[in-house]
Amino acid sequence: MVECVICGAEVTKPNDAVIGELIICPDCGTELEITGLDPFTVEEAPQEQEDWGE
Amino acid sequence: MEKIKTSIVGGSGYAGGELLRLLLFHPNVEVQQVTSERFAFKLVTRTNPNLRKNTTLKFCQMDELKSCDVLFVCLPHGSSSKRFEQFKSLAPKIIDLSADFRLNKKDGFVYGIPELHREEMQKTNFVSSAGCNATATILALYPLFKNNLVDLHKTVVEVKVGSSEGGNKFSESSHHPERSGLVRSFMPTNHRHNKEIIQELSFGEKITVHFSATAIEMVRGVLATCHVFLNENLEEKDIWKIYRKEHGNEPFIRIVKDREGIYRYPEPKLLIGTNYCDIGFEKDPNSNRLVVISAIDNLMKGAAGQALQAFNIMHSIDETTGLDFPGLHPI
Repeated sequence: MVECVICGAEVTKPNDAVIGELIICPDCGTELEITGLDPFTVEEAPQEQEDWGE
Repeated sequence: MEKIKTSIVGGSGYAGGELLRLLLFHPNVEVQQVTSERFAFKLVTRTNPNLRKNTTLKFCQMDELKSCDVLFVCLPHGSSSKRFEQFKSLAPKIIDLSADFRLNKKDGFVYGIPELHREEMQKTNFVSSAGCNATATILALYPLFKNNLVDLHKTVVEVKVGSSEGGNKFSESSHHPERSGLVRSFMPTNHRHNKEIIQELSFGEKITVHFSATAIEMVRGVLATCHVFLNENLEEKDIWKIYRKEHGNEPFIRIVKDREGIYRYPEPKLLIGTNYCDIGFEKDPNSNRLVVISAIDNLMKGAAGQALQAFNIMHSIDETTGLDFPGLHPI
């Protein structure tokens, strides 16, 4: 279990986690990249820039 | 469970009609009577055509009201308090949707936002349903004021509202050529709901809220954009934790702050017909300003839906009963 780097929500390590795997924060929806297994660590995954505004 | 007998006073207006829609599908409720002086003896579907084939009820007059278990009062502001004694003699429990009993616990009424007054609602017989703009603003800012995190006198709130907030009485200003396409600043200061906001967000010292309302091209919905100034320079992750702590377990509040996609912040149109209040925020990276955005359907979480949520709590029924519609997309 670690904190989401963006919103601080608890993020659980998947049973079959591998380094580089992308997981989604259940609260803010941020894509997190698994950077370590023992200890379990995540970083924000690189985002594609998109134009969503007006 | 024996069905709870309810009647609606003032069922031809938008809030009363929405309440009728909800009550007709509530598994624990029987709708006994619905009043309208203007449409008395006509089918309720005359003013609520969406309910065709779902009910054969006819409007009656207020003087014909019989005793019931719960009276929902949806009269225009100022009318309800004049008849309070009559209503009390008809039903042991009253849920009033007007502004008449919202301030200072008038006549023992509990202010009708369940997220703030759930325990009081479990014990009371009288609930005064909160104003729609007030609901959107209070739910947006409650976690910050409750935890004393913002300057108490520097809050600015701007709400954009749909036409149904004005009720179903037409006027020159609601005439289609005049209203269509409008962005009308109709209450830049001194809105009635501001007193409710100050009442509910003052924890000790009385706060100041600068509130403005703008009517836009929309039938249902409220979008509140609230500007507050943090006492400390908190990070967004800290704000997340505060909102999660105060609202995380609420069935009808959703924190909406996505980093990708189209709907990154609350938008009223996704909430049409639902009892949700969506809340998002963004911290200004160059100052202590925090912008909190909230959205509701003014006729649901801002009126009938919230009233039914209070009804459920008053009767120890799961508070989401009859309120599980998730909305439509696209719409």
